[in-house]
Amino acid sequence: MKFVDEFRSRDYSKLLVENLQNLSRDKINVMEVCGTHTMAIFRYGIRDVLPANVTLISGPGCPVCVTPQSYIDTALELSSREDVIMATFGDMMKVPGRKSSLLKKKAEGSDIRLVYSPMDCLTLAADNPAKKIVFLAVGFETTAPMTAVTAMEARKNGLSNLFFFTAHKIVPPVMEALVTDKELNLDGFLLPGNVSAIIGTESYEFLSKDFNIPGVVTGFEPVDILQGLNTLISLISKKDYSIANDYKRIVRTSGNSEAKEYMNKAFNVVDSNWRGIGKVPKSGLEFNRDFEEFDALKHFKISYEEYDGSSGCRCGEILKGKMNPTQCPLFEQICTPENPIGSCMVSSEGTCAAYFRYYN
Amino acid sequence: MQLILDITTNPENGGVKLSTITLSHGSGGTQTNQLINDVFFKYFGNDILNQMNDAAHLAIDFKKLAFTTDSFVVNPLFFKGGNIGKLAVCGTVNDLAVSGAKPLYLTCAFIIEEGFSMADLETIVKTMAEEAENSGVKIVAGDTKVVEKGKVDGVYINTSGIGVIYEDVNINCANAKPGDVIIVNGTIGDHGMTILCERNNFGFEGDLSSDCASLNTLVDCMLEVYNEIHVIRDATRGGVAAVFNEISVSSNVSIVLEENLLPIKEEVKGAAEMLGFDPLYIANEGKLCAFVPEAQAEQVLLAMRTHPLGTNAAIIGRVTEEVGKKVYMKTVVGGKRLVDMPSGILLPRIC
Repeated sequence: MKFVDEFRSRDYSKLLVENLQNLSRDKINVMEVCGTHTMAIFRYGIRDVLPANVTLISGPGCPVCVTPQSYIDTALELSSREDVIMATFGDMMKVPGRKSSLLKKKAEGSDIRLVYSPMDCLTLAADNPAKKIVFLAVGFETTAPMTAVTAMEARKNGLSNLFFFTAHKIVPPVMEALVTDKELNLDGFLLPGNVSAIIGTESYEFLSKDFNIPGVVTGFEPVDILQGLNTLISLISKKDYSIANDYKRIVRTSGNSEAKEYMNKAFNVVDSNWRGIGKVPKSGLEFNRDFEEFDALKHFKISYEEYDGSSGCRCGEILKGKMNPTQCPLFEQICTPENPIGSCMVSSEGTCAAYFRYYN
Repeated sequence: MQLILDITTNPENGGVKLSTITLSHGSGGTQTNQLINDVFFKYFGNDILNQMNDAAHLAIDFKKLAFTTDSFVVNPLFFKGGNIGKLAVCGTVNDLAVSGAKPLYLTCAFIIEEGFSMADLETIVKTMAEEAENSGVKIVAGDTKVVEKGKVDGVYINTSGIGVIYEDVNINCANAKPGDVIIVNGTIGDHGMTILCERNNFGFEGDLSSDCASLNTLVDCMLEVYNEIHVIRDATRGGVAAVFNEISVSSNVSIVLEENLLPIKEEVKGAAEMLGFDPLYIANEGKLCAFVPEAQAEQVLLAMRTHPLGTNAAIIGRVTEEVGKKVYMKTVVGGKRLVDMPSGILLPRIC
């Protein structure tokens, strides 16, 4: 399993940091779109070693953070049903709804199981034929293909007690919303290696063609991030608006065609609400007619009305990178990892959680 | 001093030896006595326990005693590198050892689920006896309760322990001082990552194994070369991060760790990376952190490396005068970040 140390090399990091200092004297704003990047940047203290003219802005790439509160409340309602076993990724457990959280519901007796992959739900469904398994299908292009495959496998195995409450979102449309936002002044994007492994670098070409904004796809180790920043800042300083790939060990130009095919088979692309950002056209995934038997909302006949969430919280501005967490009046005063008000604090990959844990 | 040995009698279903634990094994009758004789006394038997008094009678010469208790509810009960029984002995022995005490006596209480396999219970008890022998402690009192199926997960064990604190040793988590060097006796995160992977059957291949071990002889060997070590703590739940945060608060000092000096096994690093965990926060069951004045650090480190549980001992950081009085880490890229107190339960991430 030797795949970590090489990308945490102190000597190579040092070279990359030195090189970064002389690439440009202009003021440069770079957005890292992905929550995993945000977390890694804090965890390795990368902001400490950047030249003063380079600012990193944390973007909306944490799936838990951009899920509207109405989704959590509906999940809580579903988890209270006697006939339901709810299955979820760990990150969702602490997210506050209006009145409760899944962690509290579990303590009160709701049957809520932590899973590491949607595929775990197949076993749950087979082992509990008298129950209905509801999986909280949250996440970007990284997790959506797994939801699709799980539904297909359930069908193949004749499991009729597995349902998905979907809130899958896709990344490029929200980036388009960000670059057209006049208040944001972005010079380039650090693009998420995980999402890109599925959708490929070609999905970001619109940034370069339509908006003259370059981007670099990179991984999550310190050397990956520093290398990505070197490439990105060189591109910006040369006014070269290309999309570069610094994560070639994982990411191809066209991505993972098989995974994309699974998504296309199971989902329709629909408009979607992003917490704090609002409705973004064609940025969500919903089961298509062929797969609607798996749709939990339809199965349980729930009329789902969407609303954003927490008042007083500045998650919206934080997710767009217009504000940093320490400028939010709730940060650290009322909103902490133990008592999160906004979703950026609750998710382990949220910007506020990163500030609180690593920078406070 | 009264240590209670709770064995009552109530004859029912006498004489039948069962392959699983039933409620009658906990009802205090013949089956209870049979269980005690066939399993517990068979392995734990010693001069004090064999007296079968309601309490163990102990004769101890001491100025200062260390006394501790811990309960063990691990799932799975058996894992690579140990089982719940080994944990129950090591955990309590270690709490005494890192307090600067020579562990002497343990009590153990079992809460067993109806239907639990007798063979598994015997394996657990046998392991406990072996580990007690290995660490030089006697199990002098015990208790058994059986509860209905579903009320506990297999078996829960509580152990309490008594040790005599060595003279001229003053280990206290308020004693860390600027200039102290921090030494850990080996790789971190092994136990927690092993349990997590076995529990969830991720199918990772590699040599993941719990570090579960009694640390008392290692502590003895450290104190032998330098008896004024300021702080020793075993880093169990919450990992080394929790221990350093507690010491930072108690001693009112800043602690700076060096990321590139942390000993972490490849397997642990890889699995932690995939699941989104930080090895600093993952549990250990055979790791201690020692705070030693710089002048004696090398000497203590070398002594540790001569002990089988300290071959990978390493200096991983220092206590500093830095403002903030928190725990920080110098990262591999040369930046600095906070190492916060763990909060809530460890939850794996989505992607």
